[in-house]
Amino acid sequence: MRPFSFQRATDPDMALQALSAAAAANDPLTQATAQPLAGGTTLIDLMKLDVMRPAAILDINPLALSWSAIEPGAETLRLGALAKMSDVAAHDEIQRNYPVIANSLKLAASAQLRNMATLGGNVMQRTRCSYFRDVSYENCNKRNPGSGCAAMDGVNRMHAVLGTSDQCIATYPGDFAQALIALDATVEVTGKSGTRSMPFAELHKAPGNTPEIETTLQPGELISAFLISGRWPRSVYLKARDRQSYEFALSSAAVALDVQDGTIRDARVALGGVATVPWRAREAEAQLKGQKFDDGLAQRAADAAFADARGRRHNSFKIALGKRVVVRALQQAVTMEI
Amino acid sequence: MTAAAPEPKANMGQPVPRYDAVAKVTGRATYGADMPLDNPAYAFLVTSAIAKGRINSFDLDDAKRVRGVIDIVTHENAPKLKESKLFSNGGYAGTTIQPLKSAEIAHDGQIIAVVIAESYEAAREAANRVKVSYSAATPSASFDSPGTTKAAAKGQNAQFKEDPKVGDFAKAFDEAEVKVEASYETPTQHHNPMELFSTSCAWMGDTLVIYEPSQYVYGLKNGVAEQLGIDADKVRVVNPYVGGGFGSRGSMTPRTAIIAGIAKRLNRPIKLVPTRDQGFTIATYRAETRHEIKLGASRDGKLVALRHEGAEMSSRADPYCVGGTKTTTRLYACSNVDSLVSIVRADRNTPGFMRSPPEVPYLFALESAMDELAVKLNMDPVELRRVNDTTNEPIGGKPYTSRSLMACFDEAAKAFGWAQRSVAPRSMSDGDWLIGYGCAATCYPTQMAPSAARVRLQRDGRTRVEIAGHEIGTGAYTVIAQTASERLGVPLEKVSVFMGDSDLPPAPVAGGSNSTASTCSAVMMVCDQIRQRLFKAVMPNESLTDKAKETVGIGQTPANQAARSDRPLDLEKAFDALGVGVVEEYGEWKPEGAPLDSFKAMHSGHARLVGGSAMKDKIAYAFGAEFVEVRVNRFTHEIRCPRLVGAFAAGRIMNPRTARSQLMGGLIWGMSSALLEATEIDQRTARYVNDNLADYLVPVNADVPDVEVILLSEQDDHINPVGAKGLGELANVGTNAAICNAVFHATGQRIRRLPVRLENIEV
Ligand SMILES: Cc1cc2nc3c(=O)[nH]c(=O)nc-3n(C[C@H](O)[C@H](O)[C@H](O)COP(=O)(O)OP(=O)(O)OC[C@H]3O[C@@H](n4cnc5c(N)ncnc54)[C@H](O)[C@@H]3O)c2cc1C
Ligand code: SF4
Repeated sequence: MRPFSFQRATDPDMALQALSAAAAANDPLTQATAQPLAGGTTLIDLMKLDVMRPAAILDINPLALSWSAIEPGAETLRLGALAKMSDVAAHDEIQRNYPVIANSLKLAASAQLRNMATLGGNVMQRTRCSYFRDVSYENCNKRNPGSGCAAMDGVNRMHAVLGTSDQCIATYPGDFAQALIALDATVEVTGKSGTRSMPFAELHKAPGNTPEIETTLQPGELISAFLISGRWPRSVYLKARDRQSYEFALSSAAVALDVQDGTIRDARVALGGVATVPWRAREAEAQLKGQKFDDGLAQRAADAAFADARGRRHNSFKIALGKRVVVRALQQAVTMEI
Repeated sequence: MTAAAPEPKANMGQPVPRYDAVAKVTGRATYGADMPLDNPAYAFLVTSAIAKGRINSFDLDDAKRVRGVIDIVTHENAPKLKESKLFSNGGYAGTTIQPLKSAEIAHDGQIIAVVIAESYEAAREAANRVKVSYSAATPSASFDSPGTTKAAAKGQNAQFKEDPKVGDFAKAFDEAEVKVEASYETPTQHHNPMELFSTSCAWMGDTLVIYEPSQYVYGLKNGVAEQLGIDADKVRVVNPYVGGGFGSRGSMTPRTAIIAGIAKRLNRPIKLVPTRDQGFTIATYRAETRHEIKLGASRDGKLVALRHEGAEMSSRADPYCVGGTKTTTRLYACSNVDSLVSIVRADRNTPGFMRSPPEVPYLFALESAMDELAVKLNMDPVELRRVNDTTNEPIGGKPYTSRSLMACFDEAAKAFGWAQRSVAPRSMSDGDWLIGYGCAATCYPTQMAPSAARVRLQRDGRTRVEIAGHEIGTGAYTVIAQTASERLGVPLEKVSVFMGDSDLPPAPVAGGSNSTASTCSAVMMVCDQIRQRLFKAVMPNESLTDKAKETVGIGQTPANQAARSDRPLDLEKAFDALGVGVVEEYGEWKPEGAPLDSFKAMHSGHARLVGGSAMKDKIAYAFGAEFVEVRVNRFTHEIRCPRLVGAFAAGRIMNPRTARSQLMGGLIWGMSSALLEATEIDQRTARYVNDNLADYLVPVNADVPDVEVILLSEQDDHINPVGAKGLGELANVGTNAAICNAVFHATGQRIRRLPVRLENIEV
């Protein structure tokens, strides 16, 4: 860890002012000299590991007053970016009408982490790629652009099979983002020049040739809220992992269905643990829409979801695993009693 | 009595609460890095990013500019240190690879520089700013890498004395009616004790005090003195508590003498707290192993031929090996046995002891193969163990001092509900989960080593026990206090125990599960010396030993204990007769069969362990049986182990509470070893990749909903005066095989490589 200045935000304007003052350098956001601090469970970790070296930390927790509300409206669910993972997971209406959200949060990290961590920080968490998190490895394109990728032919059991590039195969590790992307969430971003909204699906960027650029957020911008329209009581989050709790997904599926008279009217499928970014499996959805559900259909949807998957030495198993997870999540969603 | 404090059965002590419980839960217990130092400087290590090659140069400019940096020590300016031999070859060191000696790099994460600064933060920041230019060579990472060498263990490692064999294996195997031939593999594992590999070194004139978590304060004291070239009397090691050891702190690591040398030069105490990932490379680990097992049996299940060949990884520099064939060739009756252990060398740090070092990998192989044999014979695996149970080990024909293996199987089977098992694989399930039951034997050698103790008894009954033993979390304080209390007939609350300080009378390494047997035997002996003095004072004419025996109670049965309390010695009278207020005795105890130089070696930090299979006319082991329920998800193939039941017999159970806790921890660790723990090695660079507790998985509470420990009553009068067999390393031995056997039962698939992961399952 290196020395940094620490400032506490007093209100959104002050926060944005402070961040954009430091944002001039035009670095990618992940390397920006000023970083907002929410729960700190990713940021402080990476600072201790010397992976992130911000010169200035802006504690945005005081903004919780205006940015942490959980508001399940009739049309739209609004989740403040500073809401704690644990509060959202435990919220009655979220559990009832958005089980996929509640469970994606409940099955993430540990109770202690969920008490600290915020929704905004959660979607912005960075990959767990061991080579990325260990600065003694020089070749990591994400941390050190142009240096190569140690994971490509290294230990890559946890790495992605979807959305990869020749530059980076790091998995996007979070769970909650799969629920958001499945439900077509909107993310509200507040910057110096005001508030803008965009589909959550546009927040993260696949590595391509610039794995160091992870989101479309600009230095000086903050996520202020997530919005979800409609209700999704028939939704599940299924997560496969090495241990029963406190572990990232090897493969997960966020599934939301609208089934009427046995026909799937709408289907949402997102995949976690297997892709470089929160992953919407639109090919799988296309298979499902308008169909009557049976196991064969689930299998075709799962196959479609992984049609473009590419495994490496230790992670090829994720393709077969991911398909079975999708199949099971679909079965569970269909048979859910709501 | 509660589950945590089981009702004592015959030949068991009381489940008294832990001596150090309150200190620990209130945070009053001081660990090495908690020790206050006078104006300390802080050290931070820089470790190598390559596993093989040389350092061309350092660029220290940036680092030196960090405010508060005092010094940066590299091989160019490091204090000169003498070499120390490997622990298993008669020295003190866990590795003979001495960092900061030259520009050469022998393994990943080798210490290449030490930054000293006014604060931990400054030292860390400067360490991050050290730039190193290397000439890297291509390292060999592990078994399958080009460039490794392989040779028989015998002749390289002084502690590996024989490849046990008997009869004519080849012929018997050839003619056997039923055969099993299989290969097994175990992974690299790291201890990851909670307390990091810290050390603090403070000089007072020419005397050095070291505060460091150690499982062997006398070994560390003598080893560091040897490296610094000073008299051992000038070194004192202090650590009243150790935050987990598991073998990682049994031998000296290079860090201590380095820090001591720098502290001397700077004339200032230095505190080093390395990081979690540095712990993977500056200390030892459990090396990966490979096994070839051949079993031949008759149709009725009797073993007629057994061969165990093991290969173990070590460093280029050191021939470390665990050689578990000494156990696996002797566990079951079999007249034709053959074995061979080899050491494979690669560009790695030197491995070392990790909880049940030989038994964990070697019994995984044997107990898996036994299950495979049971399947081939269509026989209940419990019955297979029964037909091959024996009172004498097959290699030398020596009798087991006691052996309750089948009693353990029967008790554990009953508690587990083994009879409800549907025998065919894949025949049990619950919703999405396939269910499998599995079992395996567990065992661990009973070992003892010479130990000294000093005991002081006051007129008011207050008792002080001094012994340089180690509280590594096992309950050592507690059972030593109990021993003194029982032996002297004073209330437990009046006994205080002082340990973890090399200024106290020497005790052996807290390893090989010898501590309770050794330290309690010594304490018992010294307590008897006190009783005898007191008795002599009040009854000068009586036969001393007889009276002491009767009144203090040498015997261990409850009847004798009752007799003892009937006739307590009147301390007031005895002290009046002696004309003093305090009696103090010092004594040195050694186990039967200990070598002649035992006491001398004890003082110079060499523990002469005896016992297990190495005794002249007998063999002593603790035994147990473990049963597990495994669940494998049909869809995700996730593997969970919701239920573990173990029954164990280990001679006298000094304290059922602390014993249960050890065994429960062992079962959980065994499960962890079977399903989770593995250090991943980058095969190109020979570097550890998942060197942190987020990626090196150990179980969380949700993984262990139900663990049951059954303590069997067992009396063994042929091992040591307290009659106790070590049990700290007993429980984590059998679990690996039990789980793989259960995975087979659940899925029909035999996994021969640990850990079992979901990608290995094809349902
Ligand atoms: C051991 C461990 C296990 C874990 N397991 C899981 C798991 O199973 N599943 C899972 O999903 N997660 C897991 N996590 C990750 C955890 O959920 C995240 O660390 C957490 O959600 C991050 O939230 P935070 O508020 O602490 O973020 P911080 O650490 O404060 O911030 C993270 C990043 O986001 C930026 N940031 C924070 N808030 C905002 C905002 N409002 N707008 C823009 N940028 C912002 C910060 O500058 C920083 O760069 C695990 C973490 C650990 C340490
Ligand atoms: S996968 Fe990405 S993050 Fe990991 S080493 Fe390669 S470039 Fe770096």
